[in-house]
Amino acid sequence: MSEVKNILLVGVGGQGTILASKILTSGLIKAGYDVKMSEIHGMSQRGGSVSTQVRYGDKVYSPIVGKGSADVIVAFEEMEALRWLDHLKIGGKMVINDYRIQPVPVNLGAAEYPEGIIDHLKEKCEVLSFKAAEVATELGNPKAMNIVLLGALVKAMGLDEIDWDAEIEANVKARFIDLNKKAFHAGYSL
Amino acid sequence: MKVIMSGNEATARGAWEGGARFASAYPGTPSTEILENMPQYGEDVYSEWAPNEKVATEAAIGASIAGVRSFCAMKHVGMNVAADPIFTFAYTGVTGGFVMVVADDPGQHSSQNEQDNRNTAKSARLLMLEPSDSQESKDFMKKAFALSERFDMPVLFHVTTRTCHSKGLVELGEREEAAVPDYEPKIRKYVTAPANAKVLRATLEDRIAAAKAFSNDCEFNRAEMHDTKIGVITSGISYQYARETFEENASYLKLGLTFPMPDDLIRDFCSKVDKVYIVEEMDPYIEEHVKMLGIECTGKDVIPKFDELNTDIVRKAFLGVEPETYTTDMKTVVRPPALCAGCPHRGLFYALSKRKGIMITGDIGCYTLGMAAPLNALHSCICMGASISQGHGASIALKDAGKDTKVVSVIGDSTFFHTGVNSLMDAVYNSGHNLSIILDNRITGMTGHQQNPGTGFTLMGKEAPEVDIPALCKAIGVKEENIITVNPNHLDEVNSALDKLLPKDEPCVLITRWPCVLKKFSQQDIDEFPTLHKTQCVIDQDKCKNCKMCVKTGCPALINTKEKVVIDKTSCNGCTVCKQVCPFKAIEEVTR
Repeated sequence: MSEVKNILLVGVGGQGTILASKILTSGLIKAGYDVKMSEIHGMSQRGGSVSTQVRYGDKVYSPIVGKGSADVIVAFEEMEALRWLDHLKIGGKMVINDYRIQPVPVNLGAAEYPEGIIDHLKEKCEVLSFKAAEVATELGNPKAMNIVLLGALVKAMGLDEIDWDAEIEANVKARFIDLNKKAFHAGYSL
Repeated sequence: MKVIMSGNEATARGAWEGGARFASAYPGTPSTEILENMPQYGEDVYSEWAPNEKVATEAAIGASIAGVRSFCAMKHVGMNVAADPIFTFAYTGVTGGFVMVVADDPGQHSSQNEQDNRNTAKSARLLMLEPSDSQESKDFMKKAFALSERFDMPVLFHVTTRTCHSKGLVELGEREEAAVPDYEPKIRKYVTAPANAKVLRATLEDRIAAAKAFSNDCEFNRAEMHDTKIGVITSGISYQYARETFEENASYLKLGLTFPMPDDLIRDFCSKVDKVYIVEEMDPYIEEHVKMLGIECTGKDVIPKFDELNTDIVRKAFLGVEPETYTTDMKTVVRPPALCAGCPHRGLFYALSKRKGIMITGDIGCYTLGMAAPLNALHSCICMGASISQGHGASIALKDAGKDTKVVSVIGDSTFFHTGVNSLMDAVYNSGHNLSIILDNRITGMTGHQQNPGTGFTLMGKEAPEVDIPALCKAIGVKEENIITVNPNHLDEVNSALDKLLPKDEPCVLITRWPCVLKKFSQQDIDEFPTLHKTQCVIDQDKCKNCKMCVKTGCPALINTKEKVVIDKTSCNGCTVCKQVCPFKAIEEVTR
């Protein structure tokens, strides 16, 4: 039986982790894997930290990615990468969007946003970081940053046997298909 | 065909496949998506939002008595609201199969408490099914209706946040239609006057005994024999964590029908293994039963009595193994949830935060977030619909004790319809003097925008009459001059209403009427609130003195750095509360 692979998509409510994970799971299912995915709804949607957990293999039991077990963590926001570091498998890879969303306590002056997170993480583990919002903006819409990150994730996981263009076509509104395909390939080639 | 489904989507599908024809619910995380997924089966299953869980349960009970397969759904605390009908419906039994879906929230992801409703099934004596993934959610739900009819007992379908919100592959099936009999009154069965109820209480024991015999040899409970040094008894999502922890180095008794418990099956399984472990979340429900059978076992002495489990916790508890991880000394900052940019509750809570000497009672909804810094303008949250009744009790008690603290009670539109309306009746009937503020944001917000009796639409998308809140308050007995409706984004309107109503020594109602910014606006919303999303605020950095007054509104669209404050264009929805509090008139409203 092949080992179960674990992916974490982490970010802040409203960043589009859900669509990225929907395309991801849809592709994994087509490739014949057993897939489980877990996300928590509710209070977390109001600007809180959000995580989508995806597990795939021949047979998956728990829907939760444990500590020290994520093959790849895709962080849609810098500090969320730091928050989930203990979930990364030793030797695993971080894909980090070089992008900050200031939490309420920082806004109120009650806390400071930690400086130098990406450099700090680079000292510990393999990190691919880039400004996904800028890549997406160049392609025409900053909102496509989630699909740029999906492209980078697919590359990091080596999931090349799946027809991702077809998955984008199946899961995205018609007028956004071209944009999202471009975003995916931009992320893949980073 | 296999498709990926959340547990909630699968439960909805199972209800359709199982021949359900009637469904009712009040939304509540993590159960909400079950009913949200029903309108797609609209031709076959009538489904509705009820004002509260008790009403939803009673409506579904009515359908069952009429001979139709029916179900209701709710979060765990909704079970408390619905307890009155279900404890007696257990006595009468069903005509059409009846299922009550109850979604517990171990770990309190979105809840005010963590209660294990498996205890309720035992206490009320309801058949209980516990699926462990999406496939079982679909399969068990489908079979629950026939099971209910076979044993003449309601089914409590027990799910948890992780089974509700995790997705997995589901093999779909066909719908099984159940014939609806012609109605015949069954007075001895359904009129629970003591003479009948005493008989029903006795026959319930016979029905439980028949179900117990069934539980020992049924498809819901299965022994998976591998290595027999360890035997694990488990149910629900905990099975997945146990299976991943012990793999094939243990045998499993996986329970899906957990009331009544399968005593013979448990005894047989335990006799085949060297030692018995119990893996379950929250209370020692299985463990206490196994111990009552005189079987030694290990459970809550090693695994936590509260919070969610996961494989890491189960591994550490039983195997003493912890995963190797990266560590860091760098600290992250928490992201507490906050009222959204443009939330119509912000103006009201900002105004309340400036009032001294008031007590603010609240309850469950987005507006609970009025408690958070920098507003700190909500002082209690116990349960749905509690705000006005608590405020009534507090205001009477404070006045009797000679205190001059004024009491304000904040409650959402949906929550007012849920149970708050009874509380207002209490306050008026008993000469209360708290100020009730009904935050009418034209939708049930926190759970993700469900229709309610005030919105003008039903779950199935039909137009519906709207509750007229001011007229309702007046009918209850609040004087017309003590009912004021304001736009909560206009601080002067809010403050002048507070100035007028707060000094009064009789029941008063302030209604704040403005739609939730995340709502999909109806034509009526667009007509009634023409400025919605039409403008945004920008800070003129030349006029700005960086005094941070605007930041004290707590709006997440304001990005505050040491040097300056800027308004995030992608977030601002133009409520203008920041503009109104700026002492230097540095914030302008511009067309979007």
